[in-house]
Amino acid sequence: MITEAVRFALSGIAANKMRSVLTTLGIVIGISAVITLLAVGAGTSNMIKDQIGKLGTNVLTVNRAVATGGRSTGGSATGARTQSTNLTIADQQALNDPVLAPDIATTAPVVQAQSVTATLGTSTHSIASTLGTSPSYFGISNFTVAAGRLLDDADSGQAVVVIGNSVAVDLATDVSTLVGQTVSLNGQNFTVAGVLASKGTSGLNDPDDVAMVPYATAQDKFTGYSASLSSIAVQAKSADVMTQAQNEIQQILDARHNVTSANRDYQVRNQAQVLSTATTTTQTLTILLSAVAGISLLVGGIGVMNIMLVTVTERTREIGIRKAIGATRGNIVMQFLVESLIISILGGIVGILIGFGASSFTIAGIRPEVQWWTVWLSVVVSAGIGLVFGIYPANKAAKLRPIDALRYE
Amino acid sequence: MAATTPAPASEVRAAPAAHRAPRPVIALDRIRKVYGQGEAEVRALDGVSLTIKRGEFVAIVGASGSGKSTMMNIIGCLDAPTSGRYFMDGIETGELDEFQLAQIRNRKIGFVFQSFNLIPRTRAVENVAMPLAYRKVPRRERHDLALKALDAVGLSTRAGHLPSQLSGGQQQRVAIARALVTEPVLLLADEPTGALDTHSSEEILDLFGALHARGRTIVMITHEPEVAARAQRVVRMQDGRVIADTAASGAQTSAQHFAGGAQ
Repeated sequence: MITEAVRFALSGIAANKMRSVLTTLGIVIGISAVITLLAVGAGTSNMIKDQIGKLGTNVLTVNRAVATGGRSTGGSATGARTQSTNLTIADQQALNDPVLAPDIATTAPVVQAQSVTATLGTSTHSIASTLGTSPSYFGISNFTVAAGRLLDDADSGQAVVVIGNSVAVDLATDVSTLVGQTVSLNGQNFTVAGVLASKGTSGLNDPDDVAMVPYATAQDKFTGYSASLSSIAVQAKSADVMTQAQNEIQQILDARHNVTSANRDYQVRNQAQVLSTATTTTQTLTILLSAVAGISLLVGGIGVMNIMLVTVTERTREIGIRKAIGATRGNIVMQFLVESLIISILGGIVGILIGFGASSFTIAGIRPEVQWWTVWLSVVVSAGIGLVFGIYPANKAAKLRPIDALRYE
Repeated sequence: MAATTPAPASEVRAAPAAHRAPRPVIALDRIRKVYGQGEAEVRALDGVSLTIKRGEFVAIVGASGSGKSTMMNIIGCLDAPTSGRYFMDGIETGELDEFQLAQIRNRKIGFVFQSFNLIPRTRAVENVAMPLAYRKVPRRERHDLALKALDAVGLSTRAGHLPSQLSGGQQQRVAIARALVTEPVLLLADEPTGALDTHSSEEILDLFGALHARGRTIVMITHEPEVAARAQRVVRMQDGRVIADTAASGAQTSAQHFAGGAQ
């Protein structure tokens, strides 16, 4: 009987091809939107997870705060406090205190040089991020070397540089040949000690577009001598003690800068936490967008029901004939239910294919990842739509009395 | 025309109790059908008793409003009487639920309508095979039986045509083939020539005559005297009652119309 119902239903669908296609379209759009949006959501949160990994493990960053309140970092501040508004190398060293800061594994000073251009022969590259730092920084931020070596303590003050992969490929076709060569950074000669292994681009910023020189060298050649650091990179001993490590940093620096939580002149940031927040935001957004897509699916379902009601009315006479020649209620219900099921499942399948198609493109730097569970869910949901929105019209058809249905014009 | 299987063969298939004494195909016992209530009450049938035996060709005639259409609906198990009992081939229909009534319609009755009532966009052979689909006959067998039935009405060459590609007379013959394909005990025709020209009407009535000659039980509802004249027996209705029941020759066949109105 099912095969009969399928054949009757198919002939019903074929009888009104344009209408069937348009009805199916409602489901197609809903399902493909849900799949694509969930894929984009998954792609975004994967990208963020990726970025968290690239930041380094258990990293806290101490930054100078932008001047707030009456306090200023400039020379107009009064007396002895002026120096305390800066992060200094002494601050960084004070954090390496196993007694006061038992949860801190290691720290590194960071000075940031602005707009540095690397030149080798005729090749130039404008480096996005040029840092003066100490050897411990590489461990904190998960950088490893692809060729040559990383910086070590003996390099302090020397004109040596470690360059990121993006910088290296711009300067030479074979990056390993760069090791030992002299490159010019803003006109000053540096010897390339090593080339960093690529972390791979993720999203908008390129973690490989970097160059690192020893901290003292950076002050000497780029930033000019100043006790001030751009930031201090701190690695906590484990992910579980991030909060404790942050508290220890604040205790030590509050004492050294003679400030309290109310007027702190620095801030401790947990980048991973920031990104986790971003993940949550993304998830919220994904859920919201999917809900909108889900509503369009609901509208599609109502479209199916609408068309099925029209179909039932249109075929009232046919229903009467079928009942007169012996179709039972069950036969009629089955015929119309199968028809709405075919429409919606077909829509579901096409929607899944389109969803896959749309998800194969990179959208705004995000590579969407189709979640398999959304595919199964789509199949179930589209079948469910066919059932839920088909049952009422099918029942209406089956309940028609044959004499009324036969008299219908 | 190829001979259709004789009626008794279908009898054995359709009803296990067929070997008992001959029983009427239709036995109506004081059937009343009332529409509406109170002042708007319409007695479409007002106590009709009627017996139609196997092999009879009966015309039910009457003006519009005489109750003959209601008769047709009740005989065809499309509608239930308000009171009274109706035995279809020995089965009391009042005790049957909707599902069982559908089966009675499918197995015992073949319908022919005034407006043919073929399913549009469905080929003739599929239209004819449709009643068999509702009794779970395998597809191949269904197709063969449908072709045979089309052959019996002289339309085997039009099996693949759609209803819209057939003339009125041809459509009605397809409808008759559909009615006969299940080997029903009763062929129930409602104004079968009402929508046809004289020539096609003749063809259809000749076909009924031939079917009757081969032992089919036929009940035909009509308002045209010349159509009714082709039947063996004419039941005349007026105001929901049987007012005359005569052999087509003119002789009174039974006095059953006297039972009308009995409560």
